[in-house]
Amino acid sequence: MKLGIVTFCALIVAACGSAGPVGSPSPGAAGGTVDVFAAASLTDAFKAEGQAFQQGHAGISIQLNFAGTPTLVTQIEQGAPADVFASADTANMERLKSDGFTGESPSTFAHNQLEIVVAAGNPKNITSLADLARPGVIYITEGSTVPAGKYSLQALQKAGVTVTPKSEETDVKSVISKIELGEADAGIVYTTDVKAAGAKVAGVQIPEQYNVVATYPIVVVKGSKESDAANAFIAFVLSSSGQAILATFGFQPA
Amino acid sequence: MRREKAPPLIALLAAIGAAFFVVPLIGLMVRTPWADAAGSLASADTLDALRLSLIASLAATAVALVFGVPLAWIYARVEFPGRSVLRALTTLPMVLPPVVGGIALLLAFGRRGLLGGWLYDTFGITFPFTTAGVVMAETFVAMPFLVLTVEAGLRSMDRRFEDAARTLGASRWTVFSRVTMPLIAPSLLAGAVLCWARALGEFGATITFAGNFPGVTQTMPLAVYLLLNSTNTESSYVLSLVLLLVSLVVLVALRHRWLGSA
Amino acid sequence: MSLDVAARLRQGSLDLDFQCEVGEHEVVALLGPNGAGKTTLLKAIAGLVPITDGHVRLDGVLLEDSASGRYVPPERRSIGFVFQDYLLFPHLSVVDNIAFGMRARGQSRSAAAATARDWLERLGLARYATDRPSALSGGERQRVALARALAPGPRVLLLDEPLAALDATTRVEVRHDLKRHLDSFAGYRVVVTHDALEAMTLADRLVVMENGRLVQSGTPVDVAERPRSRYVADLVGVNLLRGRAEAGAVQIAGGPRVAVAGATSGDVFAVVHPRAVSIHLAKPEGSPRNVWSGRATGMELLGDRVRVRVEGAVPLVAEVTPAAVAELGLHTGREVWTSFKATDVAVYPA
Repeated sequence: MKLGIVTFCALIVAACGSAGPVGSPSPGAAGGTVDVFAAASLTDAFKAEGQAFQQGHAGISIQLNFAGTPTLVTQIEQGAPADVFASADTANMERLKSDGFTGESPSTFAHNQLEIVVAAGNPKNITSLADLARPGVIYITEGSTVPAGKYSLQALQKAGVTVTPKSEETDVKSVISKIELGEADAGIVYTTDVKAAGAKVAGVQIPEQYNVVATYPIVVVKGSKESDAANAFIAFVLSSSGQAILATFGFQPA
Repeated sequence: MRREKAPPLIALLAAIGAAFFVVPLIGLMVRTPWADAAGSLASADTLDALRLSLIASLAATAVALVFGVPLAWIYARVEFPGRSVLRALTTLPMVLPPVVGGIALLLAFGRRGLLGGWLYDTFGITFPFTTAGVVMAETFVAMPFLVLTVEAGLRSMDRRFEDAARTLGASRWTVFSRVTMPLIAPSLLAGAVLCWARALGEFGATITFAGNFPGVTQTMPLAVYLLLNSTNTESSYVLSLVLLLVSLVVLVALRHRWLGSA
Repeated sequence: MSLDVAARLRQGSLDLDFQCEVGEHEVVALLGPNGAGKTTLLKAIAGLVPITDGHVRLDGVLLEDSASGRYVPPERRSIGFVFQDYLLFPHLSVVDNIAFGMRARGQSRSAAAATARDWLERLGLARYATDRPSALSGGERQRVALARALAPGPRVLLLDEPLAALDATTRVEVRHDLKRHLDSFAGYRVVVTHDALEAMTLADRLVVMENGRLVQSGTPVDVAERPRSRYVADLVGVNLLRGRAEAGAVQIAGGPRVAVAGATSGDVFAVVHPRAVSIHLAKPEGSPRNVWSGRATGMELLGDRVRVRVEGAVPLVAEVTPAAVAELGLHTGREVWTSFKATDVAVYPA
């Protein structure tokens, strides 16, 4: 009976925790588990980074948690156990830093650019930022505290376009989903997001003069219990292999 | 009459259980910046969210009453093949993760949804990104509470009163409105209040189906979530407290009727 | 003009097959043991329970007819029903309860209330007008229930065990009032009861129902003098035997021959009043023709008599004085002899 209870409790504890591990960990060996909190736009890219890293570093397992960047900041500041934080802009990283949650200085590991996303086949024939303001076009965006949302506003401002979104989603992936489902006609996300969504959506380029370059910094979170492994992961991301992986997903180099 | 004393183990487990609910409430009250509370509450966005929440939740409750009471009546009184399956389906939103509910609503009533697509093509009507969409999302998750409570009330009432009314010459509608409804009034009220409270607190289905925009679809729970993910986290505590206190008042008021039919 | 009912239906374990006709001039009491189907029959007349086979005809108009499929719903039958538990609406005041039937038929609130208050005056319950039914005593609620059923002016009045829920003293008083109301009601009246005294006092005609079937119908005196079933016999308190009559005797099926006076033949009932049965410790010699041995299995004191149950060739009940019991040393289990005269046996066709 007692053994049953102990086993039950152990199972409960094991079932808890954040998003599942990537790959199979080998516990007991040197290293441990590194919890990486990364912006939603890094979803596919970082999954690949995690797998590649684990292959070269037996004994360390990478656990990934994706969400809108401000959400991650809140989680970390409320005590969520993060070892690494990868942000989609410098403003959120600054906020984390000034609140005293970062270890060393952050390093920039990637850049990204914006792209208009529309339904596959571009049925509403959107060709420019100005088209977003056309009557009959349902435009949605990310919330203004989400990096992509901020960047979108900047791009629209540069192009002199005023448009009221129908919804302010919590992250780029939600925007993509609603475009895929046909609920909205257009949104502004990163080029990497458009690429990741594949044939389900279509992209419309934003001219260079209006576009915004997103800077992605990465840092070890203060108080991390796996700072060595965390630093190793960051080093990997910054290395040529790590950068190559990011490039395959459409990111621009650091 | 002797007061029963709780056995130590039961008392301990119960205390831990109670603490699980009490501590978060205390935490919220302690961390709320009371000095700035008035300011947070008075901001335009907050007032918008509050107003929208009240209107939408009341509308959702009204819709639930109009369609839920007949549904409860059918479940309680009419036998037909497939009744238990239908009943399970209409109760599903109670156990379904709200986001899943939101997705289901999109697939049914979204612009390219099963029914929504036809509505859009024929009449140009859409529900996502509208206040109507908020009401739909809230009704979807909250109506089952009303249906179940009213059904329980109908099942447990003494149906002979309806017989008596009929022998006195009351038509079926008169029986329903002047005898059945008054007799189940307690269940009806409890169901409506539960439904309203649930609708007020709905988040997942709302943000998925209706989206999020101040004044149109940004209800209190959405506002709280967004504030939490901004630099103004303290305001989210204030709004959270408001929602929590409203729910608490409702539950205390219903304490006598909580366990189903009165 | 009559209320004519022929009903065949099944409900649970009850198999009902019943027919009767009620006239305007008579109060009919439907008497029978619990589970006989009396309440079910009343509900069938009111339309609350469907009839599988048969009909209900009121004043020549078909209310229900299985042959043609005709069915008039309860709310359109002119029938007043007083339920066993009265079923006064708990959420309405006494006056609103009484006014309910009239309001349901379209009368204005004020007109219905006025009539209702009239009724309350007549019942002497005017002071309870705005109270809820729960504030009244059992007897008062019974009167309100009756008023509620009568107020809309129905053609038929059905009462289901009207006095059953009352205590003994209230019952006597209410029974008296009830008889007055019944006698002054111009329409058809059926009262269901399991109480013989109630049936005897209130009714002009007794209809006995057992296991869903009609067993006997007649005036209270008829039924009491000539019971046609064990149930009625027990109710009235006589010994009932059944057999074949031939040549001055009745042959009880699988039992003894009972000597009777007078010549009769065919299937008959034979009734012997307990008063006429004597108990002996030894086989008696004398004129009584019917002498049987048996064993005393029970004794019951009823006023100044003792009823002794004797199991023998035929179970009998004898009525003797307490003194006799003492003298004979009668006790349960004692072997005894019973006797009764042939001239004390009443015989009538079955």
